[in-house]
Amino acid sequence: MKLLTTNEHQEAGLQPTAVQLANDANPLSLPLTGVERIDLHFPKFTDGRAYSQAFLLRRRREFKGEIRATGDVLVDQLAQMQRSGFDVAVMRADQPLALAERVLANNPGFGVGRYQGDAVQVAPHFALTDAHGAG
Amino acid sequence: MYQYTEFDRAFVQARADQYRDQLSRWQAGQLPEDEFRPLRLQNGWYVQRYAPMLRVAVPYGELSSAQLRVLAKIARDYDQPQPELLRAAQAKQDLLGPVQSGERAISSKLSAGYGHFTTRQNVQYNWIPLDKSADVMDLLASVNMHGIQTSGNCIRNITSDELAGIAVDEIADPRPFGEILRQWSTLHPEFAFLPRKFKIAISGALEDRAATAWHDVGLYLIRNAEGELGFKVQVGGGMGRTPVIGSVIREFLPWHQVMNYIEAIVRVYNRYGRRDNIYKARIKILVKAEGQRYIDDVEAEYQQIMDHDGGPHTITQAELDRVTACFVPPALNCDHKSAQAKIANILRAAAEDDIEFGRWLKQNVRAHKNPDLRAVTLSFKRMGQAPGDATADQLAVAAELAEQFSAGEVRVTHDQNLLLPWVACDQLPELWRAARKAGFAKPNIRLLTDMIACPGGDFCSLANARSIPIAEAITERYQDMDELHDLGEIDLHISGCINSCGHHHSGHIGILGVDKDGLEWYQVSLGGADGSTLSGAAVPGKVVGPSFSASEVPEVIEAVLETYRQQRETGETFIATLRRVGMEPYKAAAKAARLPAAV
Repeated sequence: MKLLTTNEHQEAGLQPTAVQLANDANPLSLPLTGVERIDLHFPKFTDGRAYSQAFLLRRRREFKGEIRATGDVLVDQLAQMQRSGFDVAVMRADQPLALAERVLANNPGFGVGRYQGDAVQVAPHFALTDAHGAG
Repeated sequence: MYQYTEFDRAFVQARADQYRDQLSRWQAGQLPEDEFRPLRLQNGWYVQRYAPMLRVAVPYGELSSAQLRVLAKIARDYDQPQPELLRAAQAKQDLLGPVQSGERAISSKLSAGYGHFTTRQNVQYNWIPLDKSADVMDLLASVNMHGIQTSGNCIRNITSDELAGIAVDEIADPRPFGEILRQWSTLHPEFAFLPRKFKIAISGALEDRAATAWHDVGLYLIRNAEGELGFKVQVGGGMGRTPVIGSVIREFLPWHQVMNYIEAIVRVYNRYGRRDNIYKARIKILVKAEGQRYIDDVEAEYQQIMDHDGGPHTITQAELDRVTACFVPPALNCDHKSAQAKIANILRAAAEDDIEFGRWLKQNVRAHKNPDLRAVTLSFKRMGQAPGDATADQLAVAAELAEQFSAGEVRVTHDQNLLLPWVACDQLPELWRAARKAGFAKPNIRLLTDMIACPGGDFCSLANARSIPIAEAITERYQDMDELHDLGEIDLHISGCINSCGHHHSGHIGILGVDKDGLEWYQVSLGGADGSTLSGAAVPGKVVGPSFSASEVPEVIEAVLETYRQQRETGETFIATLRRVGMEPYKAAAKAARLPAAV
């Protein structure tokens, strides 16, 4: 997952091929033609709607472009974001990038593995181990 | 029991390590309290009235004796506040004054070194300092335990029937599905910040012993006309300030689709559930507001998960077989002839034993799918201890009893007791003696004093009033076992506030703590049901009238019970009598029991 500072995000601005989707908008009806980047928003890190939006864009709409997390983006939620389909996160200004990298790598879902399928690795753990014949 | 694989074990340890890192960042001031709170909550760590509270997950209520020993160790070594903290907390509780019960004044007596069984089959501790919390998580991880998602706005621990896998009326064992759903819901990335908490219960028997209809999602294992196994799915049940019974959203869902279907239920909720008002954020409000539209949305989403996403969480037969293999019953049998001789011996013995043992057989021992075996409930409802509380020593003794009499397994029950699921019928007399010695053999299971109560205003920061002194006042009045057995089976449920952790809505008699001008008052309701055979279809109770002062509550309960005795027909239970005669005589009796000063 690519991590950006708030400055990097703001300085680059919003290209014509990028769109912002409010967190109560329906990702299933968003026109995707010509869209290369979709910014989803966390008004507060405890508001989890954008996780479902990202999942639906990635899996249901099969959107291959960039899905960017903006707003109240904290180090301890990056793993959930990545697994739900985000590939870029704009860290809230006070969040240290080095810490974010470390916390992300040590998340059980990355360090050990994940029980359920997600937007990135579709099959759940049991289906993968079934195929390899190991528990 | 489910056997943890290397992966499962590594996962729990990785979660404990992750928590330790978050805790140390919080301690170092690098993680602000507001941002740490949801992280610790999703590991079971609350901060309550005087101290942190830990809720340990007990998936579908099953514990091994090794796990029980670690829970005992945590109670002994970690549920220990600094003496100053305990003194200060006690002094503050003393300011609330005693609950006057007739001539007796019942005060709060805060105690440490306990575990507490909850109605959702988990175990709580009240005094562990946060700076020890990561050590406790490591200790739990050593026996494959944790506090993952026992709090927070996420999918909580999945509960089930205390007789799962052993009930005579079972259609299918719910535990393998409970385990598969536990794994699916564990750290689900999309559903970590739902609008509000989300509780799932699974029942696999004809009788609902898991209050299933009261859950956000209630799953009932059933067979269709073709004999195929599946689930009846209910959605949108819940207690709190708006008690709602779940609505059927699917009459029959093939078993292998249960995760794909719940994913649809939760995704629609995550997108459209209210987030502007905490009291309207549970899924029950969305289901009520949207009705058929919610159901249509879920069905459409489910179709997309199946057709477009390819139903990735379809349970394979191999996975069901793998998990089910963990729940093979232990090989046990019983010598019926010797069992009958031993039981007859005790019944011939001292007159007192005769009565007590007979009552214990009736109340605490239940039939088993295997006719050689019995399920035995150890009572944690007694004078001097809060309902569902167990000391470190009691937890350790229960572990021993489990090893000696129940293939090393216990269940935490919805009614806040422990159940031994694998007792050979010829061992009942020995178990009774051992349980009696340990103080677990009180033959009060399902009777009035086997009440449900939350920790209430003695521990909980949400409570409006204390539950424990009220429970004690009622317990004390009904110590006469002849009287208790004469009153018969009654669900008495006490909650210290409208969050309803003590399930007052579903009690035949419900007591709810309310705040009036900073004082403790109590609403009494009658006629609630959890959905069991005794109680009938799940329904919230009805309030008998304006709230009562604490000291009026024992009088009101006594008046209500006296009314039952006057109204009942031969053999009629409390709840059946109430349903037949209606609320009026009970309302009148409750009103007459008000104390003159409070009128």
